[in-house]
Amino acid sequence: MSLSDFIPFVPEIFLAAAGLGILLAGITLGKKGVRTLIGSGVAALIVTAVLVWVFGRPQGGPQVILGGMLVLDNLAVFFKLIMIAASIIALIMSAGFLERSPYGGGEYTSLVLFATVGMMVMASGANLASLYVGLELMALSVYILVGYFKLEVKSNEAAVKYFVLGALSSGILVYGISLVYGTLGTLDLRGIHQALAGMAKLNWAAGLGIVLVGFGMLFKVAIVPFHVWTPDAYEGAPTPVTAFISVGPKAAAFAMFLRIFLGAFEPNIAAWRTVMWVAAAATMIFANTAALTQNNVKRMLAYSSIAHAGYALMGIVAGTAMGLWSVMLYMLIYTFMNLGAFGFVILLESRGYAGETIQDYAGLAKRHPAAAAGMLVFMLGLAGIPPTAGFMGKLYVFAAAVQAGYVGLTVIAVVMSAVSLFYYFRIVVQMYLHDGEEDEPAELIRDRWVEAMIFVCVAATLFIGVYPGPMVGWARAGISALGLG
Amino acid sequence: MAFLVAHFTQIVFYVLALLAVLGGIGVVTFKNPVHSALSLLGTFLMVAGLFVLRHAEFLAAVQVLVYAGGIMVLFLFVIMLVNVKKLQPEAVFLSAQAPMAVLAGVLVGALVAFGLLAGKLAAAGGVPAALQTVDGKVLGNTEAVGWLLYRQYLVPFEVVSVVLLVAMVGAIVFGLKSASLDRGEGRAER
Amino acid sequence: MDQPLIQFIVIPLVKIVVILAVLLLIVAYLTFAERKILAYMQVRLGPNRVGPKGWLQPIADAFKLLVKEDLVPAKAEKFVFMLAPGLIIIPALLVWSVIPFAPDTTLFGLLKQPIPPYLTDINIGLLFLLGVSGVGVYGVILGGWSSNNKFSLMGGLRSAAQMVSYEVPMGFAVVSVILMAGSLSLVRIVQAQQEAHLWFFVPGILALAIYFCCGVAETNRNPFDLPEAESELVAGFHTEYSGMKFALFFLAEYANMLVIGSVVALLFFGGWLRPFPSWGWLGFLDIIPPFFWFAGKVAVVIFIYMWFRGTFPRYRFDQLMHIGWKWLLPLSLANVVIVALGVLLLKG
Repeated sequence: MSLSDFIPFVPEIFLAAAGLGILLAGITLGKKGVRTLIGSGVAALIVTAVLVWVFGRPQGGPQVILGGMLVLDNLAVFFKLIMIAASIIALIMSAGFLERSPYGGGEYTSLVLFATVGMMVMASGANLASLYVGLELMALSVYILVGYFKLEVKSNEAAVKYFVLGALSSGILVYGISLVYGTLGTLDLRGIHQALAGMAKLNWAAGLGIVLVGFGMLFKVAIVPFHVWTPDAYEGAPTPVTAFISVGPKAAAFAMFLRIFLGAFEPNIAAWRTVMWVAAAATMIFANTAALTQNNVKRMLAYSSIAHAGYALMGIVAGTAMGLWSVMLYMLIYTFMNLGAFGFVILLESRGYAGETIQDYAGLAKRHPAAAAGMLVFMLGLAGIPPTAGFMGKLYVFAAAVQAGYVGLTVIAVVMSAVSLFYYFRIVVQMYLHDGEEDEPAELIRDRWVEAMIFVCVAATLFIGVYPGPMVGWARAGISALGLG
Repeated sequence: MAFLVAHFTQIVFYVLALLAVLGGIGVVTFKNPVHSALSLLGTFLMVAGLFVLRHAEFLAAVQVLVYAGGIMVLFLFVIMLVNVKKLQPEAVFLSAQAPMAVLAGVLVGALVAFGLLAGKLAAAGGVPAALQTVDGKVLGNTEAVGWLLYRQYLVPFEVVSVVLLVAMVGAIVFGLKSASLDRGEGRAER
Repeated sequence: MDQPLIQFIVIPLVKIVVILAVLLLIVAYLTFAERKILAYMQVRLGPNRVGPKGWLQPIADAFKLLVKEDLVPAKAEKFVFMLAPGLIIIPALLVWSVIPFAPDTTLFGLLKQPIPPYLTDINIGLLFLLGVSGVGVYGVILGGWSSNNKFSLMGGLRSAAQMVSYEVPMGFAVVSVILMAGSLSLVRIVQAQQEAHLWFFVPGILALAIYFCCGVAETNRNPFDLPEAESELVAGFHTEYSGMKFALFFLAEYANMLVIGSVVALLFFGGWLRPFPSWGWLGFLDIIPPFFWFAGKVAVVIFIYMWFRGTFPRYRFDQLMHIGWKWLLPLSLANVVIVALGVLLLKG
């Protein structure tokens, strides 16, 4: 291993170093430096994105680097850029929020950067060891971010719940990995694929390992019945953090999920597919139903994100090349829609507190027509109505499921998408058909950076919805990675 | 005597394994947290013995150095600082959840036991030398671990160092008393 | 008797008995030496009644401790209270199984072929030593906790924090020696110094300073004797101990001092080697057997221990933590980086 082997790893190294620098700068700058720190964090992320594009792209086919720990392929580049975009948008959205709070910005920004490093390792891991440590880096940073507002009881509660359940799921995951390693003798994803393919009959211990790894992964992407931490964690976390964890870590977990299940465990797809089928169906049914009764927007969006993980899981159930790239596309689209929706939650303020109930949106269309229109786009997108990108995302996932012969599952998904319209439109109805009843209606905070980010998300949601071609093509290039092409 | 000599490794293994399991049971059954911690210490030492038996001397030493010498000391330190004399029975067993927990535990235990008994664990199991060898070169356990850790597994190793840093940052973020926070400035925002 | 029986049972047993007997005797006389040295430093006489010039004092002390009433406080945690002295003495004696105090010897021609006089040389010797002596802290913590006495508890807590804190820079200081020697075996480390024609204290002077500081702290000796600070905590963690149990704590403390001294001699001063082992004209020094070179080096370290006790005041607890975490730890890390670079550049 020579120094030049590290060149493709430069983006991650740079980002981690930037995280360290910002951590130190945060101590000297203190509370006044929030904007500077977040600005430099964003700059570091942009540089990282460029570095990924320059150094992190595969030349020719997928390249295994650094002792088989990481792989360079289009899937990795795709997910890395999604995550970096999510981190950038979430960081910019946090600036004003953090400035209005009594908490400092150094640790916050550097934790977001460290989480991004972890996610990037997850996206390009080619070995269960590197995937797992990437996951832990991301998860640990995120636990701290969730509890970052340490004087808020809700934030504490959310962090503790998230941490305890996350640690449990990591334990399950590692136990599964240890069984897989014990039976197959390798942690390398390709090695596992070969070993499983060469096995006439699935070894029981290996099967148990696969099941436990599956449970761990379902936990991380919040699939029923492993979703119970999600609403509490999302509700209690500081809103920009909620926005961040609902997209970045979710995309990273899906990247890892794809690599492990459609890459390494693919020879045994018949064995685990049924479990995933049931989980996807249960998730869509349960999450969409539960979201109907939520009055807190953050909780509602939490259930909505669980439901979306259920839709995305259909692509993995399909197990085909199209299933794979449709999940990638879905994650891209979902990232922008969800970040945009949370942008409004950050901005809405009701009597000095965050406006988190659905009633706070009453009459928004009259007072802020542009904002209401933006929120409408995101609600339509999340519900999957054309011409937004949400429709395209669902279309491809459903098509992949149908193509693989999962008509029943697709029917459930379509029906539950219709159900989801009810709760997304509760907000729309409040905005357009109700007046603010109270003497002091909820107000939008003026924060041009958040507004700009919301605008970016609106633009992306509409653009991909109208003209999905380039994104589809880009996602399709990712499939070469796992040998499914 | 001949039996002892012929089956020396197995006998030592079963003695160590039995003691390790007993220690583990002690951890959850002792009422006094200090006794539980001591029990865990015993388990750690027995596990170190098991490592030696598998010719993983380096792991054994690190097990003693890190777990017994470092982590358990901090456990005891915390136990003594908060001075928990005896756990209340209701704190030990959350009574309402106990039957569910037992049921879930038995089910998972049965699943795992069945998987392990019905399946075969293949890796390096039979060859102790495998723990001393990398790519056919026999180096000794310490060197083999170092070789793998700093070459093949360099990326996870470095990422783990960032994980530890993040854990430290987290502990400080949650633990540090900040002057501006104590005055409660700007608490209204969320 | 058949050969394996002699080789694997009889010889080791003999070695164990001899090593333990000599060790305990040395420890007993170390207490005497300390009292005498301190006395001279403070311009007084020290023990001089039992035997000629007080030379039988340690024997009398041992006898007194053996026959004294063994008190156990009524509200003590009995089991742990009994266990603690054992937990501290076992590691203190156990580490002697890997300390090579002399090279292979024929015992002045008594044996046909040379055998190692030490018990064993294992390939993780140094780690074993660090790990086992790290376990010794349990005796202190648990002794302090189980006595049900606030002074004892304070002593136990202090020692837990202190020993964990100082173990870290100690480990790093040792790492630089491992880098230079390329082995964890203590015998190999001494041989490496012979082959390098250089005792490791020259390139490892910083490591030596850090190691010795940490060693003093690990053995709870002045100026880091906070766990048993008599002017603050009566006698710290062993306030409630008496008789033989107290003697075990005492024995362990001196045995641990000897261990630190031995490690300093082995890692930094060439163990049993004579000075400048590569200079032929110094060959006349070989008339002194290797063991005595080793013993002399250890004796110097022990003397420094006592010198510290005679001269330095005790640190405050915050100062102790400050030194450990803000000075020794960064220094030891920097030292590892420098030494690693040096080894990389010089050895290629």
